[in-house]
Amino acid sequence: MTTPHQQPQAQPPGGGPAAEAPSTAQAATQTAQPLSYTKPPQQAPAQPPAQPPAQPPTQPPGADHAAQYPPPGGAPAGAYGGGYSSPIPITRTHLGHAIASEWTKIRSVRSTMWTLSIMFVLVVGIGGLSAVGRAGEDNISMPMLSSGLFGLMLGQICIITLGVLVVTSEYGTGMIRTTLTACPQRGRVLLAKSLIFFLLAFVMTTVACTLTALIHHSVLSGPVDRLDYGYTSYEESVKAGEFVVQDGEWLGATVGAGLYVALLGLLSLAVGALLRHSAGAITTMMGVVLMPLVIALFMVGEAMETLREKMLEFSPLNGLASLYLIPMQDDQDASGWPLLGLLALVTAGALMAAYAMLTKRDV
Amino acid sequence: MIELEGLTKRYGEKVAVDHLTFSVRPGVVTGFLGPNGAGKSTTMRLLLGLDRPTAGDIRIDGRHYDQLRDPLNYIGALLEAKSVHGGRSAYNHLLCLAQSNGIPERRVPEVLDMVGLTAVAKKRPKGFSLGMGQRLGIAQALLGDPRIVMFDEPVNGLDPEGIHWVRTLMQQLAAEGRTVFVSSHLMSEMSLTAEHLVVIGQGKLMADTSMAAFIHENSRTYVRLRTPEPERLRNVLHTAGIPAVAVSDGSLEVENVAAARLGELAAEHRIVLHELSPQQASLEEAFMQLTAGSVEYHAHTTAEGPEARRGGQGWGQGWQEGR
Repeated sequence: MTTPHQQPQAQPPGGGPAAEAPSTAQAATQTAQPLSYTKPPQQAPAQPPAQPPAQPPTQPPGADHAAQYPPPGGAPAGAYGGGYSSPIPITRTHLGHAIASEWTKIRSVRSTMWTLSIMFVLVVGIGGLSAVGRAGEDNISMPMLSSGLFGLMLGQICIITLGVLVVTSEYGTGMIRTTLTACPQRGRVLLAKSLIFFLLAFVMTTVACTLTALIHHSVLSGPVDRLDYGYTSYEESVKAGEFVVQDGEWLGATVGAGLYVALLGLLSLAVGALLRHSAGAITTMMGVVLMPLVIALFMVGEAMETLREKMLEFSPLNGLASLYLIPMQDDQDASGWPLLGLLALVTAGALMAAYAMLTKRDV
Repeated sequence: MIELEGLTKRYGEKVAVDHLTFSVRPGVVTGFLGPNGAGKSTTMRLLLGLDRPTAGDIRIDGRHYDQLRDPLNYIGALLEAKSVHGGRSAYNHLLCLAQSNGIPERRVPEVLDMVGLTAVAKKRPKGFSLGMGQRLGIAQALLGDPRIVMFDEPVNGLDPEGIHWVRTLMQQLAAEGRTVFVSSHLMSEMSLTAEHLVVIGQGKLMADTSMAAFIHENSRTYVRLRTPEPERLRNVLHTAGIPAVAVSDGSLEVENVAAARLGELAAEHRIVLHELSPQQASLEEAFMQLTAGSVEYHAHTTAEGPEARRGGQGWGQGWQEGR
């Protein structure tokens, strides 16, 4: 044993990679040798020559530390004369690093693949089936692309689940401790997670919705003999005897729907960060999405008519339905975009609350 | 260099860490010892900025953890076992951590090789044994080639070979000039690796001393004598004014007398000795006495007290006792 202050391998001041790399390489072989879960021992000695000396120092290794903490040996070291500086280039981390990290995280777990594939199957599958089903109808009961909503109503549950899991799976497994150790700027972690998840959810949902809309268009567009469609508001769906897509219908049924569902997912992520519990957060989000509608359905009687109307109007499902031009409220011309804006505001609020709690709470 | 100053953490009524003040210096392995529930893991969480201290301060080279811009290059930590997502492969787990700190990707296979997990790099840690999980944690700690390494119970779940490897690794890291801070509840384990010792019990500092000093102060040294003529030997010792204790297995134990003197004495009287060996009584015992008043979770199943157990130098025995 050495005495506490002794530095058995004191390094020369300003020791560069060339000076230090060999010791690292040596360490690597020495440590690699005694245990082999796996590797035949004769492989180990072959490794070191190919290792660290070839490192391209993009920036002087340890420059950051060296400036602040003079290396030991020679002049008396400062108060923190810790003797080691690494040959690995040191980087000042920023949001970009956190984003790269979160992208690796989200693509490397199965839940992402599963939730997104199921979402795709539900949206495109159910949407395609309803398009085919409507092809034989005598009556034009709804705008052309609107039956894409049916699949998306189920598909959004997958996005909500994924949004929750992005955060809560880290709490469930203890990964969050590792994550926040690697990146102690908690706000940065939350922001990176939100950005990556939102973009992924938006792109995937929009692609699924666009595919569904295209199926609808190819199956349903064409001449209509009859003009006795059910609702007056769908007059615009028929032009010159042809079943057509209304103004703004494309945008609402693709990008609008994608944005709306991705925002719901982001809200779920925030709720997940607040509750830190998968089942709790998913249940909460199901409640937020479904309860207003379900409660409104059971509100009978004159007295509650206004409340019922409001609950229907501000139900998250109504926002989505309105983007497909089939709103659930009495005002049949309501567009879904104001509700989308409202959802964005609510989501921003929830994210801010999540940020406040994340920075305040112990992990 | 890690410095704690009056560090206190309260969870509701319960005080987990109580005015801890000590520092961890570079270049040596510092053992952080305490019985289960003494506050070791809490202290480490406070250091990593995972929990916020109720009072006091904890600094790494003068800075708080969240002020570090490149935390993994600075300090590598093995946290409580399995702070990983069980569904993400070992490789991807390390990759996402490397990316978050701008560490080049080639470092990932390097550390996997270092801990011997190359063959299971693409496997999900869900199926890892406790020992493999520890190795992954150690790989994670070494990923940024940090100046400070901090291991929370690193030998938990490792096989004897793995334990030997961890000991060598820690000493090597310290020899390279790094600060090595390792927690354990096993005195016997620490006595083999640590040069400096910080002992806590119920969140309070019990000792902050070098290992050698701790051993010197706390362990009982004695000489064991074994002879075919124990009665004669006892008489001889008695005449010389040396008290000897007969142990149940037929040997004699003598305290505070050098082995050489006892050997000479036996030779003088032509007594055949089958054994003449200086012994050091268990550090585990000293540790238990030190923390006796502060053990939080007492087991009431063993009839014998700590005094009855002795000689736990092998890690295995110590491990059993520490449980």
